[in-house]
Amino acid sequence: MVLQSLKNCLWLSCVLRTPKACFWSTASGGLIIQSVSNDVYQNLAVEDWIHDHMDLEKQQVLFLWRNSPAVVIGRHQNPWQECNLRLLRQKNIKLARRRSGGGTVYHDLGNINLTFFTTRKKYERMENLKLVVKALKALRPQLDVHVTDRYDILLDRRYKISGTAAKLGRTSAYHHCTLLCNADKFVLSSVLKSPYKGLKSNATPSVPASVKNLFEEDPSLTSEMLLDAIAKEYATQHQTDHHITLINPADETLLPGIHNKAKELQTWEWVYGKTPKFSVSTCLNIAYKDSVLDVKVNMDVKHGRIEVCNIDLPEEWLPPELYSELVKSLTGSKFCPNEATTLVTTLLRVCPQDDELHNRWSLLCENMIMLM
Amino acid sequence: VCIHRVRSCSSIRFIKSKYVCVFDKSALKFSHQQRLFRTSAVSCGQIVQFKLSDIGEGITEVTVKEWYIKEGDSVSQFDSICEVQSDKASVTITSRYDGIIRKLHYSIDDIAFVGKPLVDIEIDASKGVAPEEDVVETPPMSHEEHTHQEIKGHKTLATPAVRRLAMENNIKLSEVVGTGKDNRILKEDILNYLAKQTGAILPPSPKAEIVPPFRKTETVPAAPKDKAHKIPVPISRPIAFSGKDKTEPVTGFQKAMVKTMSAALKIPHFGYCDEIDLTQLVQLREELKPLAEIRGVKLSFMPFFIKAASLGLLQYPILNASLDENCQNVTYKASHNIGVAMDTEQGLIVPNVKNVQVCSVFDIAVELNRLQSLGSAGQLGTSDLTGGTFTLSNIGTIGGTYAKPVILPPEVAIGALGKIQVLPRFNGKGEVFKAQIMNVSWSADHRIIDGATMARFSNLWKSYLENPASMLLDLK
Repeated sequence: MVLQSLKNCLWLSCVLRTPKACFWSTASGGLIIQSVSNDVYQNLAVEDWIHDHMDLEKQQVLFLWRNSPAVVIGRHQNPWQECNLRLLRQKNIKLARRRSGGGTVYHDLGNINLTFFTTRKKYERMENLKLVVKALKALRPQLDVHVTDRYDILLDRRYKISGTAAKLGRTSAYHHCTLLCNADKFVLSSVLKSPYKGLKSNATPSVPASVKNLFEEDPSLTSEMLLDAIAKEYATQHQTDHHITLINPADETLLPGIHNKAKELQTWEWVYGKTPKFSVSTCLNIAYKDSVLDVKVNMDVKHGRIEVCNIDLPEEWLPPELYSELVKSLTGSKFCPNEATTLVTTLLRVCPQDDELHNRWSLLCENMIMLM
Repeated sequence: VCIHRVRSCSSIRFIKSKYVCVFDKSALKFSHQQRLFRTSAVSCGQIVQFKLSDIGEGITEVTVKEWYIKEGDSVSQFDSICEVQSDKASVTITSRYDGIIRKLHYSIDDIAFVGKPLVDIEIDASKGVAPEEDVVETPPMSHEEHTHQEIKGHKTLATPAVRRLAMENNIKLSEVVGTGKDNRILKEDILNYLAKQTGAILPPSPKAEIVPPFRKTETVPAAPKDKAHKIPVPISRPIAFSGKDKTEPVTGFQKAMVKTMSAALKIPHFGYCDEIDLTQLVQLREELKPLAEIRGVKLSFMPFFIKAASLGLLQYPILNASLDENCQNVTYKASHNIGVAMDTEQGLIVPNVKNVQVCSVFDIAVELNRLQSLGSAGQLGTSDLTGGTFTLSNIGTIGGTYAKPVILPPEVAIGALGKIQVLPRFNGKGEVFKAQIMNVSWSADHRIIDGATMARFSNLWKSYLENPASMLLDLK
C-alpha cells in the first residue's frame, strides 16, 4: 500500500519534471480522487484541468466532489429560463455554468457528484451508471434503483435520484452525474423555478422531474457511505486499490493553471455571456396612481447583452428624450440588474428635476429591472 | 527537406514578408526580413472538406451550438472550431488542419450529421494534409535538431508554423515546455523560451486572460551551454511584438460615468482644501467601536464625517441645493441625503444615506453597513442610488491627500477625504506633538456657491470633527 503523502510527492515530481501530467507506472486501471473543497467553481476547474492535462490512456480517473449550495446550468442553457436568479442572489446561492451539456441541477452538501474520466474512445455512460447502481445495490440490496435510457437513475421507478451530463474533447472525455443523498428539496424546487416570463430561446431546456433523496428511502444512508461504496465498486472494476486520494483544488503546484481555470468559470462573460441568443417579449403592468399602465417590452439578448430594446409606452407618460436616452443606454449593456440600475439612476441625474417625473421614471425602471 | 513553393497566381497576397525559395533541390535559400508567425494568405491553396467525426455511442446527428471561428479566420491544427451537443453531451470539435476557414456548412442550432462536411478549410498546399491520427508528423527538416523529439516516450506536438519558428531560432523543441492542449508547444512557448535566453521582457500575449499568464521558471529546463553563442542579441534581431490594440464599446458602468461626468462638465467648479486634526476623533472612535460591535455594526470614520456634514448643511443650506436647467431657480432640499462614493468591482457607484438630519451617528453606521454589503454584492436598488443631495468621497481608504472631486449633478457640492496620516504639529504651547491629520478637498458650483460660504461650511465641519464633543451641543 502506498502512503497518500508519498503518492502526492510522486505526482508532484511527475508534474514538475515533465510537461505532461503523468502517473507512475505502478498505478493500474483506475485512480480515485476526492476534492477537499466545496466550492463549485474550484471543483469544476479540477474537471477542466484533468480533461486538458491528464493522460488517460493508461489510467482512468474517478473524481468525487460535493458543493455548498449552488445551481449549475448546462453549457448551452439560459439561466433566466432555468432558475430564479432573484432568489439565488438573495440567498447567496452561487450560479455556475459547466462545460458539459445537459440540464440544470441544484447542488448542496447532500448531493454528491461523480465524474468518470476516460479517453475519448473509452467514453461509455451506460457502463458508468450501471457501476453506480451496482454499488448502491451492494450497499442496500433492497433499493429499487435502475438506469433509464435517458441516462437518469430512478428510485422506485418514479423518482429521479441522478442526472447525467458529458463533455467530449479531442482525446479525452468525461461523464459526470449527481446522486441525491440528502439535499434540501425545498430550496431545490424553489430555486429551479423561473419567474421570468416571455423568454423565447433555443437554449437547451431542462426536463423537470420528481426527485427524492436516498436518505428518505433509508435514513441510515449518508453521503460518505455512498461515496465509499461507489469508490469500492470502481476500484473492483478497474482492478485498482480501493484508495481515495484527496486533492486540494487550490493547490497551484499540484495543478498548475487551476487558479485561472476557476477564475474563468466565475466571470460574467462565461456564466451569463455564454447564453445562446434569446428574446424577451412581455407586458409590464405598472400600477400608477389610480390606473394601470400597460407597457410592452421587447428585447433581444445576445452574449448576455441587450442587442435590441423596444419599450412601448403610452405617449406623454415620459418625455420622449428621456425615453430615447433609456433605450440608448440599455442597448449594448449587460442584461443584468446591477448594470441596468446604475445606468437608469445615472440618467435621472441629468434630466429635469421634477418629482412627478422621477416617480414615473423610477416605477418604469424598477419594473424593467425585474425582468433581469 | 522543407520546400515552400511560390506559385505564380495573380492573386497572391504577401502580408508581412516573404519566404522566397528557389525551387531547386540542390540549394535552398530562406530569406526573410521579419519573423513570420502565420503564413501569408496564399489564396491558391487546396480546399479540404473537414467532416464531422464519430462522436461515439452510435450517435449520428448533433446540434451545432457555438462556432469558435468564422469564415476567413485562420486556424491551426487542434484549434477549437465549434461546440456541438448531443443528448446531454457537449463536444468540442477541433481542427485537423492548419489553414483558412472558407465555409461553415451549418448555422447555430442546425442539426449536423456525422460523416458529413462541417467546414471547408483551405490548406497551404506546401504543408500537405495531416494524417488521421492525433500525433503530428512533420515534414523532415534539414537540421538534425529538428527531427522528432521524444520526451520519455511522448512525441512533441507542435504545428508546422511553430516548428518553423523554433528552427529559425535554433531551438530544440524538446527543451521547450508546451502549455497547449496535450502539452502541445505553442508559439507563445517558443517566445517565452526565447525571452529567457536573451533576457528580453516580452509583452503579455493578447489572449492572456485565458492562458495562464505566468510560467513557473522551475519547470523550464536550463538552457544548454552550446546555445549561448547561437542565440541572437536582441538589437540585431528584434523579437516581433505580437500585442494588439483592443477596442471595445463603452457600456454599463463606464457608460454611466461618461454620462454623469459629461453633464458635470457644465458646472463651473471651484475648489477649497484644508487639513483636519482628527486626533480626538480617532480616540473617540476607538472607544465607541466595541460598543457598535456589540450591536453588530462596523463603525468607521464615515458616519462621523457624514453627520458633521449634515450639521454644517443646517447652517449653510445652499450647499444642499439644486440649480435648475436654465439657472433660473435654486431649490433648497429639505432632506440631507448624503451620498457615499463606493468603489466596486464593476466601477464607481454612489448610494446615499437618506435623511441624515434625523439620524444618529449609529443609525448612519447601520445604513452604511447595509449599503456597503449590497454594493459589493451588486444588489443596490434604484432608491438607494437616487435622491442624493450632497456627496462625500473617502478616497483616503485607497490613498492620497488632496484631490479634485467632480460634482455629481444635480448636486452643487462634493468633498473628497484623503488618508489619515500621523504628522508632527505644534500645539498651543509651541510643543511638537503627534497629530492624526486628514486632508479634505471640496468642490462647489460657483454659479450659486461662493468661496466664503464654502470656507465657512468647511470650518464648521472641521470644528465638529476636531472637537467631537461640540457635536453634542447641536445634535438633533
